[in-house]
Amino acid sequence: MQKFSLLDGLVVPLDRANVDTDAIIPKQFLKSIKRSGFGPNAFDEWRYLDHGEPGMDNSKRKLNPDFVLNQPRYKGAQILLTRENFGCGSSREHAPWALEDYGFRVIIAPSYADIFFNNCFKNGLLPIRLDAAIVDALFKAEAKTSGFKLHVDLEQQKITTPDGTVYPFEVEAFRKHCLLNGLDDIGLTMQHVDDIRAYEHRRKVEAPWLFS
Amino acid sequence: MNNQTLYDKLWNSHVVRSEADGTALLYIDRHLVHEVTSPQAFEGLRIAGRKPWRTNSMLAVPDHNVPTVSRVERIHDPVSRVQVETLDMNCKEFGVTEFKMNDLRQGIVHVIGPEQGATLPGMTIVCGDSHTSTHGAFAALAFGIGTSEVEHVMATQCLLIKKTKVMQILVEGKLGNGVTAKDVVLAIIGKIGTAGGTGYSVEFAGSTIRGLSMEGRMTICNMAIEAGARAGMIAADETTINYFKGRPFAPQGELWDKAAAYWQTLHSDAGAKFDKVVTLDAAAIKPQVTWGTSPEMVVAVDGRVPDPKQESDVVKRSSMEHSLAYMGLQANTPITEIKIDKVFIGSCTNSRIEDLRAAAAVVRGKHIADNIMLAMVVPGSGLVKQQAELEGLDKVFIAAGFEWREPGCSMCLAMNDDRLSPGERCASTSNRNFEGRQGQGGRTHLVSPAMAAAAAIAGHFVDVSK
Repeated sequence: MQKFSLLDGLVVPLDRANVDTDAIIPKQFLKSIKRSGFGPNAFDEWRYLDHGEPGMDNSKRKLNPDFVLNQPRYKGAQILLTRENFGCGSSREHAPWALEDYGFRVIIAPSYADIFFNNCFKNGLLPIRLDAAIVDALFKAEAKTSGFKLHVDLEQQKITTPDGTVYPFEVEAFRKHCLLNGLDDIGLTMQHVDDIRAYEHRRKVEAPWLFS
Repeated sequence: MNNQTLYDKLWNSHVVRSEADGTALLYIDRHLVHEVTSPQAFEGLRIAGRKPWRTNSMLAVPDHNVPTVSRVERIHDPVSRVQVETLDMNCKEFGVTEFKMNDLRQGIVHVIGPEQGATLPGMTIVCGDSHTSTHGAFAALAFGIGTSEVEHVMATQCLLIKKTKVMQILVEGKLGNGVTAKDVVLAIIGKIGTAGGTGYSVEFAGSTIRGLSMEGRMTICNMAIEAGARAGMIAADETTINYFKGRPFAPQGELWDKAAAYWQTLHSDAGAKFDKVVTLDAAAIKPQVTWGTSPEMVVAVDGRVPDPKQESDVVKRSSMEHSLAYMGLQANTPITEIKIDKVFIGSCTNSRIEDLRAAAAVVRGKHIADNIMLAMVVPGSGLVKQQAELEGLDKVFIAAGFEWREPGCSMCLAMNDDRLSPGERCASTSNRNFEGRQGQGGRTHLVSPAMAAAAAIAGHFVDVSK
């Protein structure tokens, strides 16, 4: 997993609540058996005017000029600013894969769906929760500033706006540690193999039917 | 201790170790696997030279991509075919039990788990699918995970996870005529919202819930995720325990007695404290119909499409306007005046035998309306289909103009050929009415099986309680 520590990133505002993972990456692209290459189809149904299918040459498809990601001023954006309950619905990890492959490293929203939130941390993507009022202020500040960038510091757990306003954010200590160091969860759990075996040994006596 | 919630009991019995910040290593008893969210996990194991920790905890089935028409030939969509064949190949290589596409036991992963007794009370159950919450109906701790976690469970039999808060949703009283578990859960989502359960596990309780069959309880827990709760659960009782008698993966003989005695303890204690309690009066719940593009956008069938002008919250108003535009609906239209084009009876929410019986009872001796372009029934598993055919339900549906299909996820998410065309409006017994969910530009209204069946006959929504 790629590490995350600091980012100075351009912000793109996606002003919608309850953006679901079906919208982030439509089902036809879930047929892939790979982890990469989902970026060109992130938000496919909103981003293109035609219907997308796997295997199409996306560079030849007609973009929807009204969709915010397609506006030239947001080219190269790495921070997605959005509304409450982002990533709801399906557990598909293809959603964070698509966002990460598109180039996003940070998402800022008042709230996230639990499974999506969890999946982000497995993929070097930092989902930040801020109060709805702060998110609203960021939307307003972005609208007034061309090339609106934010400075995100995971170590210090703070976001700094171009005018110097600082917003602290919460992140669980364990997730922060893994993200800062790019750690693989499986490798960490494997250090506790003896504990897992001891649990199984005990549980086989208590509830033997679970092991048949 | 006599103050534990059901969630506490399930959690405590599975903690392998805990970190200082509360992150626990939680042991997983059952890992259900399907073709869409597993290939990258198997590939991860292969690259790292790892083997699954305990293959007999795993049960695999292809369901999302499988065709629901004849399966004599291979899947014609080459991309879908590769995904299903990749599951077959991975299960063979790693020694995982799989019910292949043409196995009678094949079906939607959340239907076959309980049907086989692979889901049992007291278990921790995961699957790379958000509707894993379904299995909580059996007093299990069951939730959906991402593919990285699928790989983690395969490799270590554990998950790194933090405890959630616990919400109790109490539904008390007798349900009215024609009102089902689906209406109850849609009413719950309408009340607490699609993010109402975020950060919580939900225990559904109360006399109404206790009065439901296991099929009904599964429908309720299935849609806990639509209220934002990763896990939904219901205490074990006689209905739960009787369900498992004689199921292939369930314990037998002495082990059965021992297991059943343990299952009796799987309920919240009288002194248990919940972080939040929500109550609903069953008698006040009417048949529900969603009108928008989020499951919380739901009203009773005798209501009208809401008017965004009445909404004071700016963000909410804007999403209502957006949804109405997508759905092609005018504010204040009576729900019963909404005409539909297609009907889908199926999905992990409503494709079990009880659901098919309820729908068949409505269509028996009648015929779908002229404006219905397609009405289809997709049983949840090969065994559900077989049972329905034994009862002659297939003939009832076919005589009424429905198509009788092979089991799978089908038009709930339209990964196979079953999908809506742009602008088509569907009465669907599935769980998500998101934009494009049933096909790009498709318009989904979530309803119960009886409501979907009645809409097929009338050509528009009707109130089955009347």
